[in-house]
Amino acid sequence: MGMTMSQKILAAAAGLDKVEAGQLIEAKLDLVLGNDITASVAIHELGKFKKKEVFDKDKIALVMDHFIPNKDIKSAENCKTCRDFAVRNDITNYYDAGQMGIEHALIPEKGLAKAGDVIIGADSHTCTYGALGAFSTGVGSTDMAAGMITGKAWFKVPAAIRVTITGKPDKWISGKDVILHLIGEIGVDGALYKSLEFAGDGIQYLTMDDRLTISNMAIEAGGKNGIFPVDEQTIAYMKEHGAGEWKAYEADEDAVYEREVTIDLSTLKHTVAFPHLPENTKTFDEIGDIPIDQVVIGSCTNGRIQDLRQAAAILKGRRVKKNLRCIIIPATEHIYLQALREGLIETFIEAGAVVSTPTCGPCLGGYMGILAAKERCVSTTNRNFVGRMGHVESEVYLADPAVAASSAVTGKISQPSELGL
Amino acid sequence: MKANGKVFKYGDNVDTDVIIPARYLAATSEKELAAHCMEDIDPEFIRKVQPGDIIVAEKNFGCGSSREHAPMAIKGAGVSCVIAETFARIFYRNSINIGLPIIECPQAAHDIEDGDMVEVDFDSGKIYDRTRGTEYQGQPFPPFMQKIIRDGGLISYINDREE
Ligand code: SF4
Repeated sequence: MGMTMSQKILAAAAGLDKVEAGQLIEAKLDLVLGNDITASVAIHELGKFKKKEVFDKDKIALVMDHFIPNKDIKSAENCKTCRDFAVRNDITNYYDAGQMGIEHALIPEKGLAKAGDVIIGADSHTCTYGALGAFSTGVGSTDMAAGMITGKAWFKVPAAIRVTITGKPDKWISGKDVILHLIGEIGVDGALYKSLEFAGDGIQYLTMDDRLTISNMAIEAGGKNGIFPVDEQTIAYMKEHGAGEWKAYEADEDAVYEREVTIDLSTLKHTVAFPHLPENTKTFDEIGDIPIDQVVIGSCTNGRIQDLRQAAAILKGRRVKKNLRCIIIPATEHIYLQALREGLIETFIEAGAVVSTPTCGPCLGGYMGILAAKERCVSTTNRNFVGRMGHVESEVYLADPAVAASSAVTGKISQPSELGL
Repeated sequence: MKANGKVFKYGDNVDTDVIIPARYLAATSEKELAAHCMEDIDPEFIRKVQPGDIIVAEKNFGCGSSREHAPMAIKGAGVSCVIAETFARIFYRNSINIGLPIIECPQAAHDIEDGDMVEVDFDSGKIYDRTRGTEYQGQPFPPFMQKIIRDGGLISYINDREE
């Protein structure tokens, strides 16, 4: 019985020739990640360990992103805990206001995640780096603390679902539609404990930004990780971002999958997840006139340069609908600068949108765009649970950046074709 | 290792926001958190629960955020074991890591009812419903996880190994 791609990476990190689904292993970690909310908890936990030194100051990343620049006293205290810890332990990869980005956009950009790595992060969307052929997954604060001390974590080897991607997508269709469609198909616990392993010749038409969006939301299907094979695009991306030595693993031909799903990109349509679960997906033939109050384009799911370029292509020469707020948040300082140089920021502001420095902000209902009761938002983020972006009676509709930008112009949930695009 | 107690029964998708609402996250001790455990779905829970009691739930228990406060609140309330059809994976990890025994058993999760007296043997994975006289085979913990739980969590386990 062969191994899946995730199983091969885990076996290597555990120093074993072979592992199988359900087996408990202890694996060496290439990166341990935390943010301003979770790392501060983990740092408090560290006091309980006998060993006091971190395992490797180069293999820990602390990214201040949820409430940066600090939104209140509590968030300032949390960041201070992280900053003091980073200074005391000489942590190489500490990112604060001015150099930061939303962690899951920043880590690949800095070359800190690469093919073959095993990565844990005290944040559920750590699964994002599967796009680069790494095994990466979200954990709790105790795991993060133990990882920082020992450089290891225990894992139950996951079974897998294979998602075969075929065909070539239409112009405005992107990674977000692929993953929303998949979650609609298998449900929010469809991949519980399992790996989503992507395969198929349609992958060549998915950019790295598309793949990062897809792996990012593996957790919204309950998945442990979501992983892509390593191809020329992956290698080019890793080189461009100065990732160190990497290793490409391939699934065995006789690897066992618990389930197989196929997605044909050529027939894929713009997909929107209705409140209050990411699995409540609809395409435009099922969506009537739904007026909205706010649009958010950003987050670790869709705040990358491709997303901003798409939004700008739609907003160029158009106006954000009167009485609607359109909030655009580049995911990292680097993307922000890129967008500025390409004139995208100018396009956004001219269209009547707000542009913020990188932050998670409204994605988790933190700040920078909280919804009032009964308000509706079309958002490129990843969760639309009750109260996720503000009042418990507000509503979040998850969509791709082209739909979000089109909706900002019309004031209702719309796709680009409604603007003649 | 065994658990023995009265059952509090819940349904599908009990999320971490319900187990411990976000408004209490500033608290850090198990006891403080326990005072609000389950209050949004079962305000009576914390008044009625006795040390050793058992929570039984159906699908996807502990879904939602990665907050460790959820299993801490349950453990702090004195619960000796959670039985469910399935657990959300970060909740599963967090429970083991803080030393809260949890066990998956679809049939038991389905049959056992609120108020039943239940016994769980962690070594064998056997679940006995003493009220109904039924017996179920849950997934026993591998020795490694039993050791973590017996040590009271991952940190003590790692500290022990250091010696
Ligand atoms: S952008 Fe949203 S989902 Fe991503 S890390 Fe921040 S809060 Fe979490």
